[in-house]
Amino acid sequence: MNEQLQNAAQALKEKFGTEMVEFRGDVTLIVSSEKIVEVCRTLRDEFGFELLAAQTAVDYWPELEPRFHVIYQLYSLAHSVRIGLQVPLQGNAPSVATIESIYPNANWHEREIWDMFGIRFDGHSDLRRILMPYDWEGHPLRKDYPLGYEEVQFTFNYDEIDRRKPYAKE
Amino acid sequence: MFEKTEVTLDELRHLISDRAVEGDTVLLNMGPQHPSTHGVLRLLLELDGEVVINCIPDIGFLHTGIEKNMEAKTYEKADVMTDRLDYLNTVGNNLVYCMAVEKLVELDVPLRAQAIRVILTELQRIASHLVWLGTHALDLAAMSVFLYCFREREMILDILEMCGGQRMMATYFRPGGLWRDVPVEFEDAVRHFLKAFPARIDEYDALLTKNPLFLERTRKIGVLSREDAIRWGVTGPIQRASGVAHDLRKAQPYSGYEQYDFIVPVQTDGDTYARYLVRMEEMRQSLRIVQQALDKLPYGPVRSNNRKFVPPPRSELGTSMEALIHHFKLWTEGFNAPKGGVYVAVESPRGELGVYLEGNGGPNPHRVYWRTPSFVNLQILPILSKGHLVADLVALIGTVDIVLGDVDR
Repeated sequence: MNEQLQNAAQALKEKFGTEMVEFRGDVTLIVSSEKIVEVCRTLRDEFGFELLAAQTAVDYWPELEPRFHVIYQLYSLAHSVRIGLQVPLQGNAPSVATIESIYPNANWHEREIWDMFGIRFDGHSDLRRILMPYDWEGHPLRKDYPLGYEEVQFTFNYDEIDRRKPYAKE
Repeated sequence: MFEKTEVTLDELRHLISDRAVEGDTVLLNMGPQHPSTHGVLRLLLELDGEVVINCIPDIGFLHTGIEKNMEAKTYEKADVMTDRLDYLNTVGNNLVYCMAVEKLVELDVPLRAQAIRVILTELQRIASHLVWLGTHALDLAAMSVFLYCFREREMILDILEMCGGQRMMATYFRPGGLWRDVPVEFEDAVRHFLKAFPARIDEYDALLTKNPLFLERTRKIGVLSREDAIRWGVTGPIQRASGVAHDLRKAQPYSGYEQYDFIVPVQTDGDTYARYLVRMEEMRQSLRIVQQALDKLPYGPVRSNNRKFVPPPRSELGTSMEALIHHFKLWTEGFNAPKGGVYVAVESPRGELGVYLEGNGGPNPHRVYWRTPSFVNLQILPILSKGHLVADLVALIGTVDIVLGDVDR
């Protein structure tokens, strides 16, 4: 493992009690949700991870403790190394602090996670849906959300489908 | 179930200035059906006369739920959906997805397959930059460049068609190698392109690089500082035009890029013209990589021999019981991948294209996340466009080089 990565993992373990997991050469730290902002700040300011490369979430439904993991991928330009962070979240309607103040591009990433998983980001400046229509119900990437299809319109079922379509009728 | 909800200005209140509420500035809708937004991008503009005060991008019109759909497919079948993300960089999407699967199940790729992957992704990079150059010049009212660029792009699409049978969505890269070996005409076709193309780049150069009208429209337009480029996490040519010398092909070489000699072009001005220069030089460097990879293209198999993950060749099916069983198992059930997540990223024409792939022990991915460069890079459009004219906004959309299939997934 890279020396920079080892130092960072060691320091964060002492300071914040994070747990390190290594899988296929990828280093990931498990961080508790109340410490995520401080962990990101430390990684950016002290260890040079100045780029938030990716941010997403994973749903482990029907497991509820924890149900979601929010995943962060940070990148250090100077050392060309990546570090992953995972924040486990409990329950069906979880929330976690935003890291917008540290990495501004978390703005759209967090809007997408809210849209797709229904995870709230406390303190976010603009938490609206981003990909789905504004009046959509549900969060599509949750595992209990069905992978549904729209019924094909034929002449025999046209009226029935048309009645359910949400456009304005006279 | 379908209660009608209206979006009122109150919901967007924090994004627009007080002057809009007083009626001092105008709110104007641009897109999603607008030729210069390069797809279905909608922008809500707050204008003072012709000057952009605020620009609020509204995306999601091309959202196709690819991430959700991939969770319902086997690893090999999900590969087919990857082409549809960034439709100007189809083989690049195949590449990063295949690399993620290969990392997850620890599969080796033969050297010949790696070299062909490099050749095709670099050709695709040139094709993608040609579309960018053509449409960008067209937005700035240079019509002929557009026609020339699409003429040359056709040569590359012919090469892709020769390999995978389709011009764009060929799904030619598969986990463990390639679908099949390249045909015999492949080498001649690529050499012909390598010979013809440098003169064509010089032609575009002559048309644009010192053209006063082009300079007027691109210089000092949409300046992005080095600090902002890093803070906002932009990657690719936009980042390099702002003075950050970072290219994943050099920083974390994959698929054998470490063997090839090439330069990462960097500019420091951070304006639209600097981004133009970076992309033009990138095309020349891609030619160098293709030349080197083609000169030392090794012979050998193009698919991994690990039959637990890669289907056997068709010729074996008639004679080998084992091959038939593997073929049947792989095409009905697929292979199982272990529990755990991997993140793999490559340098696409637009920046860092990453995949987070998580397995759950079964034949379907538990989660596939696409970190697409257009999505992240589009976030800086409001910063770039502040204080510029509406006409320049068109140049700025072109210079960010978004593909809406890549933004919305």
